[in-house]
Amino acid sequence: MSEKFDAVVVGAGPGGTAAALTMARAGLNVVLLERGEFPGAKNVFGGVLYRKQLEELVPEFWKERKFPMERNIVEQRYWMLGKESMVTFSHRNEAYKDPINCFTAFRVKFDQWFADKAVEAGALPIYETAAIDLLREGNRVVGVKTDREDGDLYADVVVIADGVNSLLGKSLGVHKEWRPDEVALAVKEVIALPKEKIQDRFNVDQDEGVTIEYMGEVTQGMAGMGFLYTNKDTISLGVGVMVNDLKKKKIKPYAILDAVKQHPMIRKLIEGGERAEYSAHLIPEGGYYSIPPLSGDGWCIVGDAAQLINFVHREGTNLAMASGRMAGEAIIEAKNSGDFSAQTLKLYDETLRNSYILKDLKKYKGLHKLLEEEDPEMLFTQLPKAVNEAAYNMFNVDGVPKAEKQKMAVRKIQEAAGGSLNLMKLGYKGWRSING
Amino acid sequence: MSEAITDRLFTIRFKCDNVSHLTIKDQDACLKCTTKECNFFCPADVYEWDGKRKVTTVAYENCVECGTCRIACPKENIEWVYPKGGYGISYKMG
Ligand SMILES: Cc1cc2nc3c(=O)[nH]c(=O)nc-3n(C[C@H](O)[C@H](O)[C@H](O)COP(=O)(O)OP(=O)(O)OC[C@H]3O[C@@H](n4cnc5c(N)ncnc54)[C@H](O)[C@@H]3O)c2cc1C
Ligand code: SF4
Ligand code: SF4
Repeated sequence: MSEKFDAVVVGAGPGGTAAALTMARAGLNVVLLERGEFPGAKNVFGGVLYRKQLEELVPEFWKERKFPMERNIVEQRYWMLGKESMVTFSHRNEAYKDPINCFTAFRVKFDQWFADKAVEAGALPIYETAAIDLLREGNRVVGVKTDREDGDLYADVVVIADGVNSLLGKSLGVHKEWRPDEVALAVKEVIALPKEKIQDRFNVDQDEGVTIEYMGEVTQGMAGMGFLYTNKDTISLGVGVMVNDLKKKKIKPYAILDAVKQHPMIRKLIEGGERAEYSAHLIPEGGYYSIPPLSGDGWCIVGDAAQLINFVHREGTNLAMASGRMAGEAIIEAKNSGDFSAQTLKLYDETLRNSYILKDLKKYKGLHKLLEEEDPEMLFTQLPKAVNEAAYNMFNVDGVPKAEKQKMAVRKIQEAAGGSLNLMKLGYKGWRSING
Repeated sequence: MSEAITDRLFTIRFKCDNVSHLTIKDQDACLKCTTKECNFFCPADVYEWDGKRKVTTVAYENCVECGTCRIACPKENIEWVYPKGGYGISYKMG
């Protein structure tokens, strides 16, 4: 394996594959390296893929007969849970059918399908092989060392697309270890349920699906969120909590999920279902300030490895794809000019910084600080509880005048926030944090 | 190990290497560790404090490779690498 390549891409997730596909199409000599038995074998996500960024790479992908789509999402629900109640917000629209906006999928099927596209375009797949370090000459990255015998791969550029754990990013020193408050641990179960049951329970047709994001007492005072997504004949149910909170609580992650399943709103949706798969994965949730430098002499870093996740909108795969494509395009430019230095590859940083990806992440840049400063118990348990109680009272016909009910509701919510001044401060900080 | 976790791990395919990819750097540090939180935060119950032998035991063959322990151990006492290429977990859905 002493041949030299134009680029070695480490990791065949959506980020790495997008980079490999972009470069292979332009005729570059590219390796797509993956430690799993096949692309997707190690990968877990909630379940929603977005049309836009995938379409930019594979036009009209949804028309392919073999495209691994589960259900086209026509309705998105947000649930604020009380102990046995919820306050909800949702939107459903037939317009989401054409053009489709987003859809559910499984990573094991999708990542293989996507990586096959890169291979068809000419990328060389090397699977079941882990990169264990970067090869360097001075400050320049010149390839990767793999765990195969004689496994050094040399290249003009290495694309680091190794996901949230990114051991290569650490070896390069672009980021140190993430702090526990920069990552969330999510546990997920796929629950098998007959098609008809899913269609009835969610009021959808054959190919239509629903997403639910939920928060509230179910995370037991920890900062976190959960999800419930419909697939063809399964449901994806998961919950993620910040690792710094999890450390303090000493609760087993799967016990949180077990408690979620007991919540009356969720129990009824999954009733009769059987666990088909359990999984766990980290989510980078450091936000804007955790994003490391994105390129240098002979390297680019994309996707989760660069903390490119918008957790407010559960967008990750699409940002990985878009950043992978942008890195690929910058490397094509570098190849054309024969210069793979930081100076040329900076084009990738610039494109990304000027794109919606960084603009969106920047918008929410204060959110992380808000979570740091405020008690998660208050934000994720007390406030949802107070809102649920207020809603209960407003709808409950019990002879109490409405004006009084309203006053009581406001008081409860103020109390939950630790007084009216605190509530105002919190409202202001919350607003600033998502409009920074 | 509890039934809660064995039932779950039963749903995942593992190809197990005969060497561990997880290593406790210093068992003395575990002995002094007052929280022993690895016994809780791991989603696959890999770590367990053995009170008799006074060591943290590591059931690496159950590891789902999430990376939490590397970040969460308060003493950074866990040496964490990937299993050899092709080994470890393979999800069937993901
Ligand atoms: C529970 C959960 C729910 C989520 N829900 C959603 C959602 O609904 N929608 C959404 O868009 N995003 C979601 N995300 C985020 C999304 O999964 C990620 O943002 C996305 O997968 C990032 O893609 P990536 O290519 O950067 O990294 P990954 O998908 O993690 O891919 C990295 C790849 O690199 C391989 N690899 C790592 N190290 C090496 C090495 N040294 N050598 C060789 N190969 C290596 C890995 O095996 C893997 O295949 C979710 C994440 C989680 C954990
Ligand atoms: S948390 Fe770390 S130091 Fe403490 S017992 Fe576990 S491995 Fe040892
Ligand atoms: S990587 Fe995750 S599953 Fe494996 S031992 Fe660490 S915490 Fe447990």
